[in-house]
Amino acid sequence: MAHAHSVKRHKGLMDWLTTVDHKKIAILYLLAGGLFFGIGGIEAVLIRLQLIKPMNDFVSAQTFNELITMHGTTMIFLGVMPVIFALMNAVIPLQIGARDVAFPFLNSLGFWTFLFGGILLNLSWIMGGAPDAGWTAYTPLSTTTYSTTHGVDFYTVGLQIAGLGTLIGGINFLATIITMRAPGMSFMRMPMFTWTSFITSAMILFAFPAITVGLVLLSFDRILGANFFEVANGGNPVLWQHIFWIFGHPEVYILILPAFGVISEVIPTFARKRLFGYSSMVFATILIAFLGFMVWAHHMFTTGLGPVANALFSIATMLIAVPTGIKIFNWLFTMWGGQIRFTSPNLFAIGFIPTFVMGGVTGVMLASAPADFQFHDTYFVVAHFHYVIVGGLVSGLLSGLHYWWPKMFGRMLNESLGKLSFWFFIIGFHLTFFVQHFLGLMGMQRRVFTYLPNQGFDTLNMVSTIGAILMGIGILIFLINAIVTATKPKGVADDPWEDGRTLEWAIPSPPPEYNFKQIPLVRGIDALWKEKMAGNKGMTPAEPLGPIHMPSPTILPFVMSVGIFIAGLGFMFSKEQFSNSFMSLIFNNWIVVIIGLLITFGSMLLRSLYDDHGWHIEVDELDEEGVKA
Amino acid sequence: MSTTHAETVDGALPHEPEKATLEGRNKVLSFWLFLGGEAVLFGTLFATFLALRNQTNEGPTAGELFQLPMTAAATLILLVSSLTSVFAVQAMHRHKVAALRVWLMITVLLGLGFLGLEIYEFAEYVRAEKFGMTTSAFSSAFYTLVGFHGAHVAFGVLWISVLIGQLYKKGLTVVTAPKVYVSAMYWHFIDVVWVFIFTVVYLLGKVG
Ligand code: HEM
Ligand SMILES: [Cu+2]
Repeated sequence: MAHAHSVKRHKGLMDWLTTVDHKKIAILYLLAGGLFFGIGGIEAVLIRLQLIKPMNDFVSAQTFNELITMHGTTMIFLGVMPVIFALMNAVIPLQIGARDVAFPFLNSLGFWTFLFGGILLNLSWIMGGAPDAGWTAYTPLSTTTYSTTHGVDFYTVGLQIAGLGTLIGGINFLATIITMRAPGMSFMRMPMFTWTSFITSAMILFAFPAITVGLVLLSFDRILGANFFEVANGGNPVLWQHIFWIFGHPEVYILILPAFGVISEVIPTFARKRLFGYSSMVFATILIAFLGFMVWAHHMFTTGLGPVANALFSIATMLIAVPTGIKIFNWLFTMWGGQIRFTSPNLFAIGFIPTFVMGGVTGVMLASAPADFQFHDTYFVVAHFHYVIVGGLVSGLLSGLHYWWPKMFGRMLNESLGKLSFWFFIIGFHLTFFVQHFLGLMGMQRRVFTYLPNQGFDTLNMVSTIGAILMGIGILIFLINAIVTATKPKGVADDPWEDGRTLEWAIPSPPPEYNFKQIPLVRGIDALWKEKMAGNKGMTPAEPLGPIHMPSPTILPFVMSVGIFIAGLGFMFSKEQFSNSFMSLIFNNWIVVIIGLLITFGSMLLRSLYDDHGWHIEVDELDEEGVKA
Repeated sequence: MSTTHAETVDGALPHEPEKATLEGRNKVLSFWLFLGGEAVLFGTLFATFLALRNQTNEGPTAGELFQLPMTAAATLILLVSSLTSVFAVQAMHRHKVAALRVWLMITVLLGLGFLGLEIYEFAEYVRAEKFGMTTSAFSSAFYTLVGFHGAHVAFGVLWISVLIGQLYKKGLTVVTAPKVYVSAMYWHFIDVVWVFIFTVVYLLGKVG
């Protein structure tokens, strides 16, 4: 594999810093996502340890606030988002029969800005205190009056930078799916994972700019003394809630749709049946995305919007249950009468269905505005969103990782360990969060750092903490599985599950850097399955063998992200009183910001001035690599 | 001005060189998408401004501050610059590199003129009217919305200037053409945003 095609090749660390190959960027996303997921997981365990018994003083109230804020922020923005992008990068170009994404350079830029944003946010732990106003950063709690450390500044600036990376990724995948599909792959022949990722990318495009503005306004209030949310000077704190949730509700569907896509791939593969109701699946996905933008105020029923607004948003919210229900039934009907194999990816997928339904049911309960006055800000809400996010999304991601692992790494994960981790995960999960419904109904508020004994909370909290530990063990087993597998030799078949239906299973595992020696011709939904059923050995090529053009690796995206990182830090500390005169010179005069921006814009300029002509892989080299062992 | 580049590429270039390659088409498509995101960005800023525009905190109000003649002049300048960027793209489609460069330069100059007026306006508000970022919720919303737009104009001016340089060095090719086309899209977009700012911020401010 590793022979040089051209002088442009880098090795080792430099290879990873400069790569524009979507398959390597997928691995980078997975590593970064795994890292942040681990940090967020440790925070979760600390939260649960604090709550294991009444009047506990394991951590202080301030630390507890920082822990819950960083847990939520890290998991949503830095944990699950990159794992979603890892799967999208690893799978979509293969599923649509493309050699790469539309913009390999931007792909790498998106990753590095995301990573540096995440690092900036987490630096807060060692630079004077983490954000402490909740992952929703409601004003006025998050203004300088009540949140006096730099914590929330790390939140605004870090998320801003990470969000930029996500937005770039979203645009890139939209363009990729629109223009790079193989001949014959019409929109209505696209695999469901590609469809849901497409819709998720569109939602990213229209939702992320809103939070960008929200974060700018909050950071201007905090750093430049603006008055957007300062009531005393005419500002309006409810404005923040609107902006946050206009982004925030679409964001939860941004997260869940790719998981829906994974489930829609895994279930048919292991039922050996075509997905039931493909077109209704597509339609439901689009409808969910559309409705997802009209329901944000269900997070604000108790804010005082008035009965008319509450009623409208209630009804709109309940409507979402309809397309969601369509999906659930489609999965059930796909399994109905199929020859089901209970492999580890399929276990996670099957576990997903009832768990997600439970989250959906509590969602519809919350959607009833009068009832929500009781549920709001209690553990009932915590139970709801963990059912949809952990039991739903994280199960879906674990299913997808087990499923595509052989394609990404050329090695099968160990099935026994996979099943073991599934059982720990799902039992631990339900133990942790099922009881929280009742804690909420009994009146335990969310985000409290401790509680008095003898209110009926004690046992249920203990159970919840034990569940969290079991779930943690499940994740650790997965990690061990990944490490053990990495030591095994490569060499799984193209189609290791044997019942692969889509194009990614038609090429070697892992694929060569150009993916397809010849772009395939697609003749129906489940392109590879169709050829298998017709008795063909593989895909029919749509083009003659020829040299393949590849984009050059480049360090510029990395450097650009470093520039943004420096500028972000400079902006955060621009009004800081330093005891050191050199520090005040460079920070208070915006010198650091200017240096950072110069690095970024300078790199952009270089990119614009020097055209990348790329390089070619010649036909004889293709033949060498194309021969399968 | 050297015309050698234009002559060498003229025969080979198609009528719409920006869409000649897959890279070019991808660029144009995703720039449309990007502008969709930008529309949400400005939409949110406009919504914020509308929510806060009467919260003057006993500071200057819109009616007291705004001088319509000057803003009207700025509007005119920006609208004309949109027209000149249309001429630039038309020149590009006729493969007239020299004319293309001239129209882009005029666009840049008009953009600079607009920025000059805006900077003067802001400076006057701060100096003469004691109207700064921290004065009121209205002032914060005003400076953020109009300033975001101004920053976009400034970026556009830099961007198009770099492109003019590239047109000298590389001429009009299937690589440079999409860049010119996309920058013209960007320029129209910030022009449209300005039309909304003129209406929602300035006209409404004078009337309401
Ligand atoms: C049938 C679908 C759903 C309905 C009807 C629904 C409804 C609701 C409602 C009404 C609330 C507000 C509760 C309150 O704060 O009082 C809520 C909170 C929440 N939901 Fe859902 N939901 C649904 C699906 C989802 C999905 C799929 C996700 C994520 C993947 C999700 C994530 C969340 C989160 C994170 C919160 C809490 C945010 C916070 O306050 O921190 N929901 N949901
Ligand atoms: Cu919601």
